[in-house]
Amino acid sequence: MNETPISHIPRTLPRFSATFDPHSIAEIQRAAATGIYDIRGGGTKRKLPHFDDLLFVGASISRYPLEGYREKCGTDVVLGTRFAKKPIHLKTPVTIAGMSFGALSGNAKEALGRGASAVGTSTTTGDGGMTPEERGHSQTLVYQYLPSRYGMNLTDLRKADAIEVVVGQGAKPGGGGMLLGQKISPRVAQMRNLPEGIDQRSACRHPDWTGPDDLEIKILELRELTNWEKPIYVKVGASRPYYDIALAIKAGADVVVLDGMQGGTAATQEVFIEQVGIPILAAIRPAVQALQDLGMHRKVQLIVSGGIRTGADVAKAIALGADAVAIGTAALISLGDNSPEFEDEYRKLGTTAGAYDDWHEGRDPAGITTQDPALAARLDPVKAGRRLANYLSVLTLEAQTIARACGKSHLHNLEPEDLVALTLEASAMAQVPLAGTNWIPGKTF
Amino acid sequence: MSAVLPKNMESTVNFDLAAASLRELNATLQSLSPDTNQTAWTILNPRGEHALAVGITVPVSVTINGHAGYYCAGMNDGAAVTINGNVGTGVAENMMSGLVHVKGDASQSAGATAHGGLLIIDGNASARCGISMKGIDIVVKGNVGHMSAFMAQSGNFVICGDAGDALGDSLYEARIFVKGKVASLGADCEKKEMTEEDKTILANLLQKAGIEDSVESFTRYGSARTLYHFHVDNVGAY
Repeated sequence: MNETPISHIPRTLPRFSATFDPHSIAEIQRAAATGIYDIRGGGTKRKLPHFDDLLFVGASISRYPLEGYREKCGTDVVLGTRFAKKPIHLKTPVTIAGMSFGALSGNAKEALGRGASAVGTSTTTGDGGMTPEERGHSQTLVYQYLPSRYGMNLTDLRKADAIEVVVGQGAKPGGGGMLLGQKISPRVAQMRNLPEGIDQRSACRHPDWTGPDDLEIKILELRELTNWEKPIYVKVGASRPYYDIALAIKAGADVVVLDGMQGGTAATQEVFIEQVGIPILAAIRPAVQALQDLGMHRKVQLIVSGGIRTGADVAKAIALGADAVAIGTAALISLGDNSPEFEDEYRKLGTTAGAYDDWHEGRDPAGITTQDPALAARLDPVKAGRRLANYLSVLTLEAQTIARACGKSHLHNLEPEDLVALTLEASAMAQVPLAGTNWIPGKTF
Repeated sequence: MSAVLPKNMESTVNFDLAAASLRELNATLQSLSPDTNQTAWTILNPRGEHALAVGITVPVSVTINGHAGYYCAGMNDGAAVTINGNVGTGVAENMMSGLVHVKGDASQSAGATAHGGLLIIDGNASARCGISMKGIDIVVKGNVGHMSAFMAQSGNFVICGDAGDALGDSLYEARIFVKGKVASLGADCEKKEMTEEDKTILANLLQKAGIEDSVESFTRYGSARTLYHFHVDNVGAY
């Protein structure tokens, strides 16, 4: 007979299920209450094999380093050398990814232009067309050619420095843009030729071409429209990178842009962001293989994006074979997105600084992902542009630091041989050996 | 190119694509100044070339004697382009202003995303005619294929023959007028009453296209606007 008083019997602690974890339970409850999927901005939040799982081995006896503060380490990159009469020359290989006026406030777009121009790199338009402010503040501006063709016109096309045919993006390969009614202000509606306040859904396929053979003719048309001057980029979300990059090259691209699933979006379904596409780490080597197989590596330039945060990420992407990178989410953070300065307001929105992702709602306390004039006015484009310029400079300096330590006089001299992997997954995906071994799963024995 | 005349002589200029390149043709047409007196151009031997007469920004007339490939008169902004033949995919795509007149049939996506101007197709147009149109007027004297006027945003679309399946799917504010049969309507597209404004617009377009049919013989279609905001009750339509 157990004589222990009931009040003294140890009780089983509340145990959460690993499968039905608090997030899953909350999502089931939210879905049951609303009948609609969750929509949010940003990129995937799940933990993925990433650049953190790689290390540079540096120089020692077998490799000769460069002096960190004396010997030159180049960072410039030329994009569009294949066919364009006027390739783009950038001082740093870190570019600003496409983000629309509509998704972002006018001040945010201006700040991106100011910051990028200050360090000699490019910005990119988005789904909604080119604004005069954006063109005016961006020394080098890439004009996106999207399925919706919102705001697309010949005058702006000819004002651009390059044209990016957007097939897809990493956050949602196979999906179109989305801009909910809260952000369809009179100006956004006018630019997109849509009624004010509606939930706008962009097409996921281009309206006048299907497949790589058509894309080749579309690129011909774009070249004919712009006197063969402007580099033509083709952007794809990371899905089947070997084949997609090969087809983009075959179609005549000057530059291919590969966006991993960590890449952000202004708005889409959570399930799309988290469940479709592959990490950028897994996508770069197949893309580079396609370029090499076609004899086009370093002739058709490769820009990669999706989760670039540090100069180390920049250096690793380039070492794996990229010519440049693009940043979106990180650029917004540098402007002031998710700043602790607005913690009280994030709390009122049911979130906290660092986790805010309801960019589609247009209530961004930082004034970046909004069309609300009062909120947008909070962002000083000059100061925010300065913060972006600072951040871009740090990325470049960090990448140079690593390159010099590896004995490279230019970032583009970094190579896979400079890298090792910390995990089997990263080793297999990046096709560099597991640290301390010569083993690459699937490649060597 | 044959016989490009000095600017002080007004005459039709013949441009022979059997003797010169596409690049030379487009560069020549795109470099014309607004006050050029080389206002009439005839293109010979087009032989289905793609991207013919694209991106012209001056009010000249260009006549293409033969069939054209993809994107003929793409992004046209002011020229009057006539094609004495058939055209491939995307004729007058993203046109801003001007006139494009196809004397034969048109392939897919005719007038796609175009913001302005008038596209007349004397024959039939294939699938997705007027897709994502943003202000253009389109008159098709024959039939149009499936998914025509898909996501059409604004402008006016006249179909004198029949329309294929899913006409006007996910339509925004474009007006559609059909004289013949409609195989099926797409999501959120519905029959509308013909207003006096509609009749005036339709009569004007019929007159411009040289069509003598009465406006009363057409049916007007437009957006039911039920998909303008996400709603769980509409989930079957998304």
